[in-house]
Amino acid sequence: MATKKQLRVDVKKTYKLFINGAFARSESGRVFEVSAKNGDFIANPALASRKDLRDAVTAARAAQSGWSKATAYNRGQILYRIAEMLEGRAEQFESEIALTSQITALKAKAQVTDAIDRWVWYAGWSDKLQAVSGATNPVSGPFFNFSISEPQGVVAIASDVSFIDFIDAIAAAVVSGNTTVVLVPGSLAVPAMTFAEVLATSDLPAGVINILTGSLDELAPWAASHMDIDGFDISGINKKKHGELKVTGAENLKRIHAFSNGQSPSRILAFMESKTVWHSVGV
Amino acid sequence: MSFYGLVDGSEKSLLKFLDQLSGVDQVGAESRAAMLATRSIKTTSKKWAIDTAISMVDLTTLEGADTPGKVRALCSKAVRPDPTDPTVPSVGAICVYNDMVEIARTHLDAIGGKHVPVAAVSTAFPSGRASMEVKIQDTQDAINAGAAEIDMVIDRGAFLSGKYGMVFDEIVKIREICGEKAHLKVIFETGELVTYDNVRKASYLAMLAGADFIKTSTGKVAPAATPPVVLVMLEAVRDFYTLTQRKIGVKPAGGIRTTKDAIKQLVLVNETAGPDWLTPQLFRIGASALLNDLLMQRMKMSDGYYASPNYVSID
Amino acid sequence: MATTLALTTYRLIRNGRKMTFEYAPAPESRAIVSIKPKYGHFINGSFIAGKKHFPTINPATEEVLSLISLGGVSDVDKAVAAAQKAYTKSWSKLSGKERGKYLYRIARILQERAREFAVLETLDNGKPIRETRDIDIPLVAAHFFYHAGWADKLDYAGLGHSPKPYGVAGQIIPWNFPLLMLAWKVAPALATGNTVVLKPAETTSLTALLFAEVCQQAELPDGVVNIVTGDGSTGAAIVNHPGIHKIAFTGSTEVGKKIARAIASTDKKATLELGGKGANIVFDDAPVDEAVEGIVNGIFFNQGHVCCAGSRLILQESIAEEVIEKLKVRMSKIRVGDPLDKNTDLGAINSKEQLVKIKELSAVGDAEGAQRWSPQCNLPDTGFWFAPTIFTGVTQANRIAQEEIFGPVLSVLTFRTPQEAIDKANNTPFGLSAGIWSEKGSRIFWASQHLKAGVIWANTFNKFDPASPFGGYKESGWGREGGKHGLAAYLKNGKESGAK
Repeated sequence: MATKKQLRVDVKKTYKLFINGAFARSESGRVFEVSAKNGDFIANPALASRKDLRDAVTAARAAQSGWSKATAYNRGQILYRIAEMLEGRAEQFESEIALTSQITALKAKAQVTDAIDRWVWYAGWSDKLQAVSGATNPVSGPFFNFSISEPQGVVAIASDVSFIDFIDAIAAAVVSGNTTVVLVPGSLAVPAMTFAEVLATSDLPAGVINILTGSLDELAPWAASHMDIDGFDISGINKKKHGELKVTGAENLKRIHAFSNGQSPSRILAFMESKTVWHSVGV
Repeated sequence: MSFYGLVDGSEKSLLKFLDQLSGVDQVGAESRAAMLATRSIKTTSKKWAIDTAISMVDLTTLEGADTPGKVRALCSKAVRPDPTDPTVPSVGAICVYNDMVEIARTHLDAIGGKHVPVAAVSTAFPSGRASMEVKIQDTQDAINAGAAEIDMVIDRGAFLSGKYGMVFDEIVKIREICGEKAHLKVIFETGELVTYDNVRKASYLAMLAGADFIKTSTGKVAPAATPPVVLVMLEAVRDFYTLTQRKIGVKPAGGIRTTKDAIKQLVLVNETAGPDWLTPQLFRIGASALLNDLLMQRMKMSDGYYASPNYVSID
Repeated sequence: MATTLALTTYRLIRNGRKMTFEYAPAPESRAIVSIKPKYGHFINGSFIAGKKHFPTINPATEEVLSLISLGGVSDVDKAVAAAQKAYTKSWSKLSGKERGKYLYRIARILQERAREFAVLETLDNGKPIRETRDIDIPLVAAHFFYHAGWADKLDYAGLGHSPKPYGVAGQIIPWNFPLLMLAWKVAPALATGNTVVLKPAETTSLTALLFAEVCQQAELPDGVVNIVTGDGSTGAAIVNHPGIHKIAFTGSTEVGKKIARAIASTDKKATLELGGKGANIVFDDAPVDEAVEGIVNGIFFNQGHVCCAGSRLILQESIAEEVIEKLKVRMSKIRVGDPLDKNTDLGAINSKEQLVKIKELSAVGDAEGAQRWSPQCNLPDTGFWFAPTIFTGVTQANRIAQEEIFGPVLSVLTFRTPQEAIDKANNTPFGLSAGIWSEKGSRIFWASQHLKAGVIWANTFNKFDPASPFGGYKESGWGREGGKHGLAAYLKNGKESGAK
């Protein structure tokens, strides 16, 4: 029946990958479908390929030196800025999570609030990690001896479908100066790409966080075998598959970890290395 | 040669001298340069600085594709940077490859630019990788063609492998060839020397060997004339003057693209070596794109509004 | 006509005629600041009128900037009551996470209003705009950012599980770095869950009062931060108030001792950040040009109004002549003048009283036989000014080697051996700071092990960071501020034996 008032047609978003600070389609041209709880079509996010992963790792590696050389204060500032942008888009995240995941709108709201506060918590660690994990060591001899913790390099993350776990894993990896390639499964793809938009507007240097949507079954083994990835957070992967990933990862002795309870500095320290320096003391 | 009575010409004596030089703390040098970069140069002092900078520019073209036409156009720009404004001073010099020197000199003389010297790069510029015979011939050709200034490069390979005597001897030889006909600038290529300690060493080495000017870079390698590098070189000429009563010039080249950059250089000179060095006799800036930015800033100072590239000539 | 001008100019330059590069005035605009004609106190989230007032002036021009309230016992009472109520009813009920977010807001607003604070600090204190803009204010924001991040991580600070705040902290700050000292006090206090009553210095209250506006903009709960202005009597009222169990004081050693005596028979805790006579040691293998910069920065930064100033240069005798020559050349480049001019290096002395003290002690230096030298300076007619000055030929037996002058005056002593340098450096009742200039790493670590100073700078000087603890040995005070160490003063360690 014709109505006097015309309904407005929405401008729908195209979902791409986020690599090196830019939005690119998968080089494979593949996509997968994401639907709402009720089965309605939502989007066709890109289905990342092995080559996309390769490109993301290249970008992450190139960005790592600069990111780790930034002062801890500077990294904290940028991460806090990301929290400001997240807060500004809280409603968008809430509605996307409620729409595409299995949880209620109320739970989605709580998750988003929690996630933002958690991100702020991690941001505040950047200039405190050394106070907590570093040390000067009382060796027996005329030497000044100190231990400091440094980021490992490029960390891959296989994210759980929960938004808060996604946030936890990323923040823990980058606050210390690592750069990341985040593998995002299924329904999380939509809020993950909104998160990419947040990153793109937050002064975060290109390549520090790269986001690939797709199938963890495909992407995780490729990441586990990549020789230029230093650490791998496999919290989002079914426990049964951990063994084979660790076997593959042993090729370059990747530091592979899974965390069950998010918020802890040990999650940050798991992707850091300790360096100890001796210096002679004398006139 | 007397070498100011400070070394006797042997590598041994040179090494002894260089050894007793104080080191340069990187953090300290960079923070001093950064502090001087906060100087706010406005109104009358900015006007003075722009004109001074223009008079210090060594307008340069050093491309494989250089032709007589290109060089002549550059010469016209050098003499009258702004055809619509005769109050703009001429630049400090023209800088070209030695096979373009005669063309440059002839054209400059023809257009009322007798007062603009021609500087030639020499000694297998920019790499410095050739036999001594070639380097000597390179220099001689330039002087024969009318170059009043020679910008030579040091042998960085020799420097970095510790053959300071060899680097020294090459400079002495080229200085000899320049004689009274040309002044000698010695290019360090500071981007390849990397450390400030090396820049300090190279500065003293070159001055002792007879340099009239010490120069940062060829313009072909980055980083080039960063403020802390120029600071270290200005400290060297300042201290060398205390030792010998001889004032040696400094030429930063490469990476100085804007008026702001140029003014920062003048501030460095002013507060390090001192106002005596604020003359083209003792300070030059190797640049090409810089000149137009200086002209546009000059226009803004007189007109009051921001200029556009449409109002300055591209050549 | 124009051509003649061009040729003349060119000839002038060509002939190598000496040109001087005078920097034209480059004033920062005052328009960004709006100062009220009169101020009261900031208590319980609002500005309340004060009763008695005294003028605060711009020490560069002696112009009266505003009238500041002289807080009395009843004002302090009100403030402590507000702070206690805020602690009990709101602040202690918030999680560290939420407290942290208030501090982040404050940090952000300080960054947004940075220029305004920089100009106001320069007007009220007399220090150059370049310093407030590039050093003071950025550090202020950084302190709030840093401590915001600790608010919900106190379990990891090495102070036991769930350390508890004291409640209300009484804080008294000096005039040399007004807003920065406020940040050093307020940020850790709030991060650890305390509320505060803060008294800024008599001559520099304006940025503290503007900071109160930032607290309002950040929607900080009423009473968490209270600002009571006044003089020494106001400070005493805070120290003696029965409702305050934790005192933080930065100022002179003399007043620090008074506070220590006043609280001796109470269970009040205090941190004291007092005076110093910092030794800046230059060895013969120092990077000389950078050491000269370090010496200049050490004593002329902030007009020498710095507790940790490198006010004694302890110079290896073998390089003394060379270094002093270079130092004099460098000093003649120091630009003294209008603090609001962006090119000024050395601003005004903060007050007439302080200028008198500096002049008196400098006269003592003359009388003791040291050789005084200053570069030629055109000091303005109004305002309080002192040219950068060095005294050479100073020995440990001189008063100007022992007493804190707190002005742009450097005492130069020499040493022969490394041990002698250490002995001279340590031969003082103070122990706040020291500098070591050498290119030999082992020597630097050896010297830092032997120096009795709470802050030691190697191949640098006067560097501050919220993550780096600061405080002194001996009569330079008690406790540390900044870093993980700085949190301890604001927390009761629940599991600690004995100490109250």
